[in-house]
Amino acid sequence: MRLDIEKRAAPSRLFTVLSPFIALVLTLIAGGIMFAALGKNPFYALYAFFIQPLNSVWALNQLAVKSTPLILIAVGLSVCFRSKNWNIGAEGQFIAGAMMGSILPIMMPGWTSPLVLPIMLVLGMVGGALYGLVPAILKAEFNTNEILSSLMLVYVAQLFLDWAVRGPWRDPQGFNFPQSITFPDDAILPSVFPPGAAHWGAVFAVIAAVATWFVMRRTLKGFEINVLGESERAGRFAGFSSRRMIYFAFLFSGALAGLAGICEVSGAIQQMRPVISPGYGFTAIIVAFLGRLDPLSIIVAGLVLGLTYLGGEAAQISIGLSDKVSSVFQGLLLFFVLGCDTLIHYRIRLAVRRPQGEVS
Amino acid sequence: MAPSPPASQDALLKVEGLSKVFGSFKACDNIDISIEPGEIHALLGENGAGKSTLVKMLFGVLEPTAGTIYWRNQPVVIASPGEARRIGIGMVFQHFSLFEALTVAENIALSLDRSVSIDRIADEAARLSREYGLPLDPRAHVADLSVGERQRIEIVRTLLQNPELVILDEPTSVLTPQEADRLFETLDKLRSEGRSVLYISHRLEEVRRICDRATVLRHGKVTGACDPRQETSGSLARMMVGSEVQGIHDKDFTPRDEVLLEARGLDAPARSPFAVSLKSIGLKVHAGEIVAIAGVAGNGQSELFDVLSGEVTVPRKDAVRIANHDVGQAGISARRLLGASFVPEERNGHAAVGDLPLSENVILARHRSDAKAYLGLGMLKVLKRSVVRRTAARICEEMDVRKSGEDPAASALSGGNLQKFIVGRELDRQPRVLVVNQPTWGVDAGAASRIRQALIDRARAGAAVLVISQDLDEIFEIATRIAVISEGRLSEPESATSMTRERIGLLMGGIHGDEQADLAHAS
Repeated sequence: MRLDIEKRAAPSRLFTVLSPFIALVLTLIAGGIMFAALGKNPFYALYAFFIQPLNSVWALNQLAVKSTPLILIAVGLSVCFRSKNWNIGAEGQFIAGAMMGSILPIMMPGWTSPLVLPIMLVLGMVGGALYGLVPAILKAEFNTNEILSSLMLVYVAQLFLDWAVRGPWRDPQGFNFPQSITFPDDAILPSVFPPGAAHWGAVFAVIAAVATWFVMRRTLKGFEINVLGESERAGRFAGFSSRRMIYFAFLFSGALAGLAGICEVSGAIQQMRPVISPGYGFTAIIVAFLGRLDPLSIIVAGLVLGLTYLGGEAAQISIGLSDKVSSVFQGLLLFFVLGCDTLIHYRIRLAVRRPQGEVS
Repeated sequence: MAPSPPASQDALLKVEGLSKVFGSFKACDNIDISIEPGEIHALLGENGAGKSTLVKMLFGVLEPTAGTIYWRNQPVVIASPGEARRIGIGMVFQHFSLFEALTVAENIALSLDRSVSIDRIADEAARLSREYGLPLDPRAHVADLSVGERQRIEIVRTLLQNPELVILDEPTSVLTPQEADRLFETLDKLRSEGRSVLYISHRLEEVRRICDRATVLRHGKVTGACDPRQETSGSLARMMVGSEVQGIHDKDFTPRDEVLLEARGLDAPARSPFAVSLKSIGLKVHAGEIVAIAGVAGNGQSELFDVLSGEVTVPRKDAVRIANHDVGQAGISARRLLGASFVPEERNGHAAVGDLPLSENVILARHRSDAKAYLGLGMLKVLKRSVVRRTAARICEEMDVRKSGEDPAASALSGGNLQKFIVGRELDRQPRVLVVNQPTWGVDAGAASRIRQALIDRARAGAAVLVISQDLDEIFEIATRIAVISEGRLSEPESATSMTRERIGLLMGGIHGDEQADLAHAS
């Protein structure tokens, strides 16, 4: 007897819908086992991790703050991944966007104008896009593996930010702390519902998701993205260029990651620090896949993963576990999401066959 | 056809009633074969005849649907290549599986089950390569080696397992004539040691030269067994391509003078080690005629299709002309706007995307040519799905496409129905130029005749139709003129009425240069 994995004639609609939920349930079970192994009551621990963080308006605002960058980045990545361009460096594009956008408030803090904020946002998108352009050029012109080049550039961006904040961008009145000046009022992204913490980035995220959904579902551009992702050969037959698509995908996802970066800095942190992201750019990869690369589903997936960050903080306080627990949950979730996706295209069944290779 | 020689009792390998069914398609149908010790046995057949499926079953890559394999008169089940190797079957695949960054010896070490030191492997490989006349430096990096040398690694790797039966899949398709000669010496040596060789090929001359017996496959069935030395290339070709259907020439359409598709001294370098380079192809297709290009697969057909369709462009503008425009550098969309349509060989992943519904597969080929009808809202280019769906429905009705549901995914259609849809999608545009690669590849008889009729109708309506096909029956049924492509060279097209199967077989078998010119003069 053995397990046979058999390709389905057509992708299963049932499992296309069910697979993320199965993955969530499996993640909770595996997480429960993990908590039990750590000597905690698994039910209380899961409650503290996933439910407790949602019981106040303050917490919901925090959820929005954490989910905003995840959704923005994941929407961009969905376009990348649909066209089979594996941009793993959104974290770097996030930082590059944040830095580019911060040039204005940090280097020209005296300039006050309603134009400051829009220019910062545009610069943020440009910064992220330019940083995404590097792996795109390497892939399109030199056939470099974009997974490696985009990932490696993350570390370049992180170290560059670290250097800038400890060096030229350090606040002269900051007692030598490695951080920039606090942004002037004109450079701060306002709250959606003052005094809540959720900033306008959340609105941008929803707009980006809906607009991208429309493009992907209804327009020739979306069709082109899908076709080139399904089959480069068919794309060429249609007259689409996979080379141009590499540029488009990286510029688009880079711009959204950059926008997420400048929104985070301008809306949530309000100054530059050596570390501005708890790994949003990487977690967004999980968000994109949990959302089946569909921009609207990504909004929901972004909220789920945003919750793991809050849960990690809660876990420290109420059950005394390291916030690394959130990384474990994110890893488990990605593992199960990718695993369950097998069920969409394949059927698993037990097969009985006579013993093999015998000379009878 | 010679009577099949009796299978002796002590055959090394005997196969009885072996079948492999994929869905409803019988790739191998009730095949009997026997291989004696110490013979070179040829397996002949066109691409798609079932040769590869058969040897994959013998090598444990595919599981037979029915039938029995006997090894030394014992029935065996070969469940994996590892088991095949254990009982003494070795195989050299057409496409190599080598790591370019590693040395020859390291690549060989990777394929061995047990762990042996690299130095010992290198010595052993050096010894084998000397013994069998396969010069090879075990310490060289694969990346630096020619295709012929890479093949030698695969052969040495196989010989290290000390097999009694060596299966070679189209071994000379990647070799220069000199390298092929050397390979034949190696095969002779294997035979003299009492080993058997199953030699898969469609090159008739070399089969006649080195093989003791031949089994011919067509459409998954054994259609002949013979001693190739007693046959002519012509008679072998006839067994391969079949001669049940005689040429039909009553096509009541007359070509006009206007040339709509033209290639002039068209050269294209090979794009990969397994691709074929095109060598100064000259071709004119007039309005109202069907020119067919015959040839055995892998002789430059898909490369030719790619440069004609514009999926691959060439530097010289006037190397390809469509409707009196130089289009060598123009992409496929620009060529479509000139009224050309293209049907590639591969349905899934080239002519159509399997996961997309039929309507979106209409957009695939026609979003530029039918932009006015299919796209709305200006720059946004919003797809007008209802319009596209109506086109898809019209195509399905016109070509009698059997489908389940309103707008099913392309992959849900059978091969024949999807092909009818794809051909219909192009014909629905009423193109002036139509280039079709393997129009009825793997398609059932009914769909095939529907498609051929549609091509004839299109030519009758005044289009220039170019058909690239391996099916000689089809070519004689629809073509007005026939050319043969072989190793990237195209013969002068000749009238279908004067062309014979024998001549096509000879042109296919790789007669080039002067010889070809002589033949062309003679006719």
